[in-house]
Amino acid sequence: MNRIVEKEYFSDKVVRLVVENPKIARSRKAGNFVILKIGEKGERFPLTIADADPVKGTITLVVQIVGVSSAKLAALEVGESITDLVGPLGKPTDIELKGTILACGGGVGVAPLLPIVEAFKKAGNRVVSVIAARSKDLIILEDQIRRWSDEVIVMTDDGSYGRQGLITAGMEEVIQREKIDECIVIGPAIMMKFAALTTKKYAIPTQASLNSIMVDGTGMCGACRVTVGGKTKFTCVDGPEFDAHEINFEEMLMRLGGYRSEEVVANNKYFQK
Amino acid sequence: MSLDPEYLKAERSQEWRAALRTKIKNKERTAIARVHMPEQAPEIRVKYQDREVNLGITAEQAALEASRCMDCVNPTCIEGCPVSINIPKFVKQIDNGDILGAAATLKETNALPAVCGRVCPQEKQCESRCFYLEKMNLDSVAIGHLERFAADFERESGTANIPAVAAPNGIKVATVGSGPAALSFAGDMVKNGYDVTVFEALHEIGGVLKYGIPEFRLPNSIVDFELNNLKTMGVKFETNFIVGRTASFDDLREEGYKGFFIGSGAGLPRFMDIPGENYNGILSSNEYLTRVNLMGANSDTTDTPVIMGKKVAVIGGGNTAMDSVRTALRLGAERAMIIYRRSEAEMPARIEEVKHAKEEGVEFMNLCNPLEYFADEKGMVNKMRLNRMGLGEPDASGRRRPVPIDGSEFELQVDLVIVAVGVSPNPLVPSCLPDLKISKWGTIIVEEDKMQSSIEEMFAGGDIVRGGATVILAMGDGRKAAENMHLYLQNKISNSTKIN
Repeated sequence: MNRIVEKEYFSDKVVRLVVENPKIARSRKAGNFVILKIGEKGERFPLTIADADPVKGTITLVVQIVGVSSAKLAALEVGESITDLVGPLGKPTDIELKGTILACGGGVGVAPLLPIVEAFKKAGNRVVSVIAARSKDLIILEDQIRRWSDEVIVMTDDGSYGRQGLITAGMEEVIQREKIDECIVIGPAIMMKFAALTTKKYAIPTQASLNSIMVDGTGMCGACRVTVGGKTKFTCVDGPEFDAHEINFEEMLMRLGGYRSEEVVANNKYFQK
Repeated sequence: MSLDPEYLKAERSQEWRAALRTKIKNKERTAIARVHMPEQAPEIRVKYQDREVNLGITAEQAALEASRCMDCVNPTCIEGCPVSINIPKFVKQIDNGDILGAAATLKETNALPAVCGRVCPQEKQCESRCFYLEKMNLDSVAIGHLERFAADFERESGTANIPAVAAPNGIKVATVGSGPAALSFAGDMVKNGYDVTVFEALHEIGGVLKYGIPEFRLPNSIVDFELNNLKTMGVKFETNFIVGRTASFDDLREEGYKGFFIGSGAGLPRFMDIPGENYNGILSSNEYLTRVNLMGANSDTTDTPVIMGKKVAVIGGGNTAMDSVRTALRLGAERAMIIYRRSEAEMPARIEEVKHAKEEGVEFMNLCNPLEYFADEKGMVNKMRLNRMGLGEPDASGRRRPVPIDGSEFELQVDLVIVAVGVSPNPLVPSCLPDLKISKWGTIIVEEDKMQSSIEEMFAGGDIVRGGATVILAMGDGRKAAENMHLYLQNKISNSTKIN
């Protein structure tokens, strides 16, 4: 169980892993996440499922190395196993025929966006995707996104690939051009904040998938608290997707830094080894 | 689920029990003072998260204490025990020097005696119904200390007696959750010959016994030992498995499961919904205790972080609040404070926990209520504003209602706040069972005498039914559910064979 059967480096910091877990492969829906723990003394952390193959009994995870736990996951080789893997967790994406969907993914956020794009397309929607990253080597899963999108716009901060500019520039272009019925954004919190501001101007219903800090992932700890529409919600059981126009992103950004000083110490210790 | 009076009478009339009753005169018996539990000194114990405060009584102390029990004709103590332990029998076995026999007696009705001997509020249960207390106004027999002694003696002797189990009947049943309710259910069902699988969402078995109760009250090794006994009896355990998510109830029915016991516990921590409560450094007691107890975050060798607060405020007056504040002390807090809106008389925590906390240097700021939190430029809490409370008329809970005192507001410097004001039931299971009847509080509605839910093959117990109670009440629910599910399944089988 939880054996790695395939591994691919998208860049030196971003890795795609295909993991055996027939039960999750069968039961997961677009938008669900899993909680992982690497090693007996590892920490529990969430990761949104990027893809699944119920026939082969595998799920796909994409991880960006940002700290100790993501580095430990990315270091696993084919044949090795993830110590603990549980899911699927969180409410799945609300997939319906809505018309035209604007799907926006930043950085590794494109990975959890992929099954949502696929599901919206299969539900009969027109899907326009905007994927963005700092530079060309950080654009991931472009071909897979293209497969399920009617159109894809690629944006890079430095102009090394696609068009130069932030994700919001690509979004504006589509919104100016055609009627968008719903927008979904997944990426770094700061990106989602500005993407939400963009669609708010045009009153386009927008969902954002949040990557809060979690421990158990089942509603028990409350580490993933987020304020939505003035009310405290738990990302793990009430989300991970919320109405992006109602999310308090300032608080969300602050809470992501809740263990920053502990993380710095841990990273220094781990990466100096 | 009381023990059969005829059985109790027969047991009591055995020769060895009769001999013990006449061995010493009741006057001498009642003159013996109740044993005192030896404790680790406060200044030493606050340095160790994983060293037990209560050290356990010696064999000599246990023998003397057991001799105090008068082996009453009508043992009311049993009525006070949610799992109906045959208390006089096990106590007299200790009196008779048969400690392993006493341990076996405990395990007849209690899957986790070493756990219960440590965390049960005996003063509110068996001991509150002891003849000494009820009729003579003397200190009750220390039943809890004796339970712990017998269970510990057996474990340390290395000869764990495994209760007899019936021949396998091939009927598969499942528990959702692996806390005290589910384990108690699993123990009774496996004894009845069922094929029992315990499904747990976390990566460790034990539920609140592992993630909630700190090691200075209940070492994980003790829990593991009792889990191992259940394993030896044939109970199967599956971790990282969320029933309803990883696989649906229908999937499990297809796999042949005929009955389900839902003991998924009190999931969602409550907050007070006051300004600033989402600042960093303000967390639920569930999160704080899980980080330390389950993830070992206080150790350098684990990856999970925990904030090592120096000025720690714990909001609440229950056992979880005491566990949190005493953990904070052990993790290096200079000030560890309980902020409670009523007075000590209304505190729901066990008297022993409050006493231990005081000995260790916890500051009790009773009749105080948080109003707002403040943070530094990074969003880390650094101050809170409170007001003082007075006590008004009794409220629905029978406790005097706290009333804010005008103009009593003050500020307090803090760098870690732990909110322990209660929990709501875990919504995960009810959310995937639309036919399951739940109350407006989110608890599962059951027929109280059977623990059977609105879905007939689903029984439930513990905090998912009660909303927040004790280990032993959860275990009592598990036993009651096992007894009734057994009846239900046997009836169903005999009916279906009749039709065929």
